[in-house]
Amino acid sequence: MDLVGRKLDLRRGLVDLSHGAGGRAMARLIGDIFVAAFDNDMLRAGNDQSAFDVAGGRMVMTTDAYVVSPLFFPGGDIGLLAINGTINDIAMAGAAPLYMSASFIIEEGFPLVDLQRIAQSMGAASRAAGAPIITGDTKVVERGKADGVFISTACVGSAPAGLELSGDKARPGDAILLSGSIGDHGVAVMSRRQDLGFETDVLSDTAALHGLVAAMMEAGGASIRAMRDPTRGGLAATLNEIAHQSGVGARIEETALLIKPQVAAACELLGLDPLNVANEGKLVAIVEREAAESILAAMRKHPLGLEAAWIGEIVADDGCFVQMTTAFGGARMVDWLSGEQLPRIC
Amino acid sequence: MCLAIPARVVELLPDNMARVSLDGVLKETSLAFVEDVSIGDYVVLHVGYALAKIDEDEAQRTLALLQEAASLGALA
Amino acid sequence: MKHLDEYRDRNLARGLASRIAQEAQADRVYTFMEFCGGHTHAISRYGIEDLLPENIRLIHGPGCPVCVLPIGRIDEAIELASNPVVTLCVYGDLMRVPGSNGASLTKAKAGGADIRMVYSTLEAIDIAERTPSREIVFFAIGFETTTPPTVAAIRLAQKKGLKNFSVFCNHVLTPPAMRQILETSNPQSLALEGFIGPAHVSTVIGTAPYEAFAQEFSKPVVIAGFEPLDVMQAILMLVRQINDGRAEVENEYIRAVTQEGNRIAQREIGEVFEIRESFEWRGLGEIPNSALRLREAYRDYDAERRFPMEKRFARDNPACECGPILRGLKQPRDCKLFGTACTPETPIGACMVSSEGSCAAYWAYGRFRAPARKAAG
Repeated sequence: MDLVGRKLDLRRGLVDLSHGAGGRAMARLIGDIFVAAFDNDMLRAGNDQSAFDVAGGRMVMTTDAYVVSPLFFPGGDIGLLAINGTINDIAMAGAAPLYMSASFIIEEGFPLVDLQRIAQSMGAASRAAGAPIITGDTKVVERGKADGVFISTACVGSAPAGLELSGDKARPGDAILLSGSIGDHGVAVMSRRQDLGFETDVLSDTAALHGLVAAMMEAGGASIRAMRDPTRGGLAATLNEIAHQSGVGARIEETALLIKPQVAAACELLGLDPLNVANEGKLVAIVEREAAESILAAMRKHPLGLEAAWIGEIVADDGCFVQMTTAFGGARMVDWLSGEQLPRIC
Repeated sequence: MCLAIPARVVELLPDNMARVSLDGVLKETSLAFVEDVSIGDYVVLHVGYALAKIDEDEAQRTLALLQEAASLGALA
Repeated sequence: MKHLDEYRDRNLARGLASRIAQEAQADRVYTFMEFCGGHTHAISRYGIEDLLPENIRLIHGPGCPVCVLPIGRIDEAIELASNPVVTLCVYGDLMRVPGSNGASLTKAKAGGADIRMVYSTLEAIDIAERTPSREIVFFAIGFETTTPPTVAAIRLAQKKGLKNFSVFCNHVLTPPAMRQILETSNPQSLALEGFIGPAHVSTVIGTAPYEAFAQEFSKPVVIAGFEPLDVMQAILMLVRQINDGRAEVENEYIRAVTQEGNRIAQREIGEVFEIRESFEWRGLGEIPNSALRLREAYRDYDAERRFPMEKRFARDNPACECGPILRGLKQPRDCKLFGTACTPETPIGACMVSSEGSCAAYWAYGRFRAPARKAAG
């Protein structure tokens, strides 16, 4: 399709309401920014939908929305987060990502150059994962109604037959494995909040985990009960969710947790518990005890699981408490956080 | 409301402020309530203000006392 | 992290725990109160009680400024924030504290009030400078540790000639509260034998103010740092004092606390603030000479004088046991509302909403622990 009209001023131009109006301006925006960045034939066909064949078998589908602020943070941006996070939801079911969709709600006045950066992040990440973005949507809303840009994504994937990973499958005796350090993403994003006023080199750990999951599936897929990525609410929320879903308790060792020194320090300064801080490139796996060592070994061979650790075990507990033996030697509970995480001053 | 953290002074800034580091995490803090602060000193930081300087000698003494009590305990 | 990690060493903890068990006489119970909410939090977070022998009992005191703030003051703050020209700046800890009728600052903010969470008073001054058409009110709470930052903000506002900055002052004092506990405690129900004294309050006030309790009430006070080994060492020192029949003020936190305290801070506080004749403490009632207000010379920075409001007096839920809990007379699990109507999501009393409150600490860190520890005789 030959688009006539003014080229986008990618350096200094801003998104305006005409870009969402369905006319030439919108076609220009979609073509020059999204289709260019996402770079696949299906999208280039220019339809409102894309069709594909599936090999058959079990399909998995997920959807997510991303509203992170600030949009750009050390280690990534909202676009990268959106692709990786959505792929991770598919991966946690033991599935391989196939195709993605992305819809954008853009605030009037948003710089085109930033939109392009975000789109390019997404294109690169989806290509790296082998899951092209084959359909999407664009809307523009008045200034003040969208905090820059909101992104909503969906992904379909295919899972091996007979696999039923689920949060309600944890059983006493199962091992709890964690793929790496905790707290990185939350601290990286918070470091960009002006009002908190601290500087750090910590980078978000945002990553697509389907490759790591594939390696784990190969080493012992039949022995994996459940997997989950500890995003909002951190490791504490994830463990409590699984404990409640399965009607069991959990016990972990604080000394087995890996927390980077700067993450620990930032949490000290703000009065936060790293267990409650979001992660975007880590997973928790509940596995049968007998298979734990071999799955752990497979994780440690993968670039995203080099520091994987066996952090604890599932126990019988009607109260569904998650307990932790502290580095200090005592015991404490690991609770869900109540409400929005506020830096503790007290 | 007393969460206060010891941090090392890495830079002195104008207007009686300083930049402190806690394991590489940098924060600006006010020195309005402490005197004779030099780079390398540790201060106790509370909601953006240094309230005291850590006395390194006393810190050593405290650790020695802790170690002594702990080893007496371990012996039994 | 230097000056932190060394005081969290588990090997030293084990040795210290053994030492405490050796020195604590088997035939008696030792009952100590940690006054400060920060110590309550540390004890829970590190599971220190697991390392102590059964005959040492810790009672959680009222040193949590959020916990002792009367409901009426939250209501007044919400009223201040409802004034369309006011920007209310608050520390994060206050956002979820329940006011009357289920109100809170978080809910008021959702309803459109301009309420901003700040980490430091410096930010509130910054906001005042950047938005000269708004009236910036800083909701000041805290014991003596947190008072100097408020003073500094007022001085800075003065220096910069800001006409739109004021403070809603709820600063309270530690020694009068400790005295109140000692004076009103019933020896039958509370065999309080000594205090673990506050760490950072003491960096400001020094150790001298505690000498009166030691003498008058014959109760030892050991000032302790915030780290778990500090707390355990202080407990050891208290046990030794009890065994020796001494009642002295000792300072475990010598690396940061001196006998005279922070002279600069004391001078500045005295310049700007004076002592209120009386102030209501949630759970403890009216305590004389226990809180601060701005001096006449600083009236322009006093939000209560700038924005006259009707005094609000709100009743606590009659089933709420925060009062006795703050006095160390009851435990969270003694309260009928604990875990039922009163949870961190739906806090009825302030002991639950502040992470330093006894109930919140017990909820977050200790609920799994069956009440195996025997009560004091």
